[in-house]
Amino acid sequence: MSTGQSKFHFTQERIVFAIAVALFAAFSIFLDKFLTTQNVISLIQSVSVLGILGIGMAVAVIGRGIDLSMVATMAMSVAWLLLQVGEGVPLGVAALYALGFVVLIGVINGILVAYVEIPALFATLAIGTMVYGFGKYSLVNVDVVYMPETIGWFGQIGSGRIFGLPTAVLLFAAIGIVGFLFLRYIKGGRFIYAIGDNPQTARITGIPVRLIIVLQYVLSALIAFAAGVITATAVSSMNTRIINSTLVYDVILVVVLGGVGLSGGRGGIRNVVVGTLLIGTLLNAMTIMDLTYTVQNIIKAVILLIAIIVDTVLNPRDEQTAQQGDI
Amino acid sequence: MRRTKILAAALAVAALATGPALADRFDDGQSITYYNALNGKVVGFVPIAMGFDLTEGWLAGMQRQADALGYTIVVRDPNWNTEAGIQALGSLIAEKPDLLIVHNNDMHSYNRMVKKALDEGITVLQVNQKVTTNGDAFVGADWYEIGVQDAKAVVKACGEGSGKSGKVAFIQGVPTSPGSAIVLQGAEDVFAEHPEIKVVANQAADWDATKAHAITSTILKQHEDLCGIVGFWDGQDVGTAAAIREAGKTGEVFLVTSGGGQRAAACDNIANGNFSTYVSYDVEGQARDLNSAIKILLQNKPETPAGKPFALYTPLKVFDKSTMRPDSCWTVDELKQFGG
Repeated sequence: MSTGQSKFHFTQERIVFAIAVALFAAFSIFLDKFLTTQNVISLIQSVSVLGILGIGMAVAVIGRGIDLSMVATMAMSVAWLLLQVGEGVPLGVAALYALGFVVLIGVINGILVAYVEIPALFATLAIGTMVYGFGKYSLVNVDVVYMPETIGWFGQIGSGRIFGLPTAVLLFAAIGIVGFLFLRYIKGGRFIYAIGDNPQTARITGIPVRLIIVLQYVLSALIAFAAGVITATAVSSMNTRIINSTLVYDVILVVVLGGVGLSGGRGGIRNVVVGTLLIGTLLNAMTIMDLTYTVQNIIKAVILLIAIIVDTVLNPRDEQTAQQGDI
Repeated sequence: MRRTKILAAALAVAALATGPALADRFDDGQSITYYNALNGKVVGFVPIAMGFDLTEGWLAGMQRQADALGYTIVVRDPNWNTEAGIQALGSLIAEKPDLLIVHNNDMHSYNRMVKKALDEGITVLQVNQKVTTNGDAFVGADWYEIGVQDAKAVVKACGEGSGKSGKVAFIQGVPTSPGSAIVLQGAEDVFAEHPEIKVVANQAADWDATKAHAITSTILKQHEDLCGIVGFWDGQDVGTAAAIREAGKTGEVFLVTSGGGQRAAACDNIANGNFSTYVSYDVEGQARDLNSAIKILLQNKPETPAGKPFALYTPLKVFDKSTMRPDSCWTVDELKQFGG
């Protein structure tokens, strides 16, 4: 993206970061108790799960794909895990089954996109619906599954504290670092960038494009599972009704807002973190200001729209380099 | 020949054994009419969705009676989709059931379909949430009363004479849904009579435990001396309770919530200290009320549609750790065996 010129380039990421910093500063001055350690930690904790899901989505989007089945995978696999443990299945066995289920979904997504060549948007949307239906039919026939007492140490994953920081925040940081290292330094990660940028060229140079695409969707499914475990252990339950909610679009918003282009090949973990921080700052401040629900929705939409408009104005679509992705 | 005789004898015995052999049954003046009125009837049921505690509990209780008395329940599950629900109602109305049970999600979506059913001469029973049009009967909770009971519990814990700060927060569900809006009105009316109660935050968590967790976490940091929280649904308030627990304030911050009274959601959460007080609209009792209403409506079909509507508002069960009893809560399995 940067052309090596001496002029400072206003990328979307920088714009969103600037808006986030500006809002943070404004709220710190005008809102009581906003700039306290506890509140800032609370702010990050409230969007940790969204951030983790954003990392998973970014892995798919960078590879010129998208994974709309993440929320369905997350909810169904973790609900099944909790249900099994509640019925007496040992934790390890239940976790293995859930992981197997999650990997299977990722593989199916990958095969549909890479080998059957269905556009990712439709394939993952369909698989998401299928996972929900299949899960409701044969795995989890209630909508809210409560965490059984017998789950033991596992229940601390999302709700404990280490060195005074909530584990959710630490896990967000850990997954972020692992994601960053994978995308930057591991061959598979670099290949994902190559495929996102230009799949045909990647194929010609010898990159196993289709296998990497399958890997991409397996990774996003696994990250969704991790997010699900954290959120379920934080609130001691898994509500499968979130599959019907707009959560997946919030995840896409975080990713796109932070500057991971939907046409693939650009962006990274830092973009997701920036997008997450903006949303987190907004939500936290609006709760402190005790704004009503409808007003909050309007403000959130307006600020996000402003961020995208500013980017479109400062970075107009360049027909020479613009990519027509499948999305 | 011998085999045919045995077969004939077996068939004769079977014929005597099957079915309510009504001709031989003792008639106390009403019983035969009763059984005849109910046997073979068709009851249609359109819930908001199956697969959650309320509807599974109701259906378990209703199905037991249906099996015992010989009528069928036809369930059309729209899975949270209002459009699909309207279509399901339309197709059921076309099949002309003897009774139509409608579970509404709000006060308006099925209004036209309820009117249509009444115009076609179908008896309509609304459950837990009614549209503005009256059916022939209503079985369910009085949402305003739930808000009143929630607020009264909070006033007892945080109001005058309790020695606490009197600061209270609302964690609503979806503010536009009646299950949130009407409950809020009831609670606010009670708080208006108690000036020592100050509502410091009024937020909505979308019935989502994770959002409730985040919102409560922020509110607790803003108001260190928060005394009570009115939660609007048990499924979402496990998140509220988790935030209270993380702040180390379990027992200090009074949390009241409401729901159907399923054991895992209600009694277990009272026992482990997550919720301080629970207002249950007692799905077990509602199943019993539904069954009674079904029996009445099938025996005495109203002459004019919705001419004399009657209502069975659920007596709410309000309990906390000290007043909780073994029968305060229920499970779906128990209802399948004993309910209705």
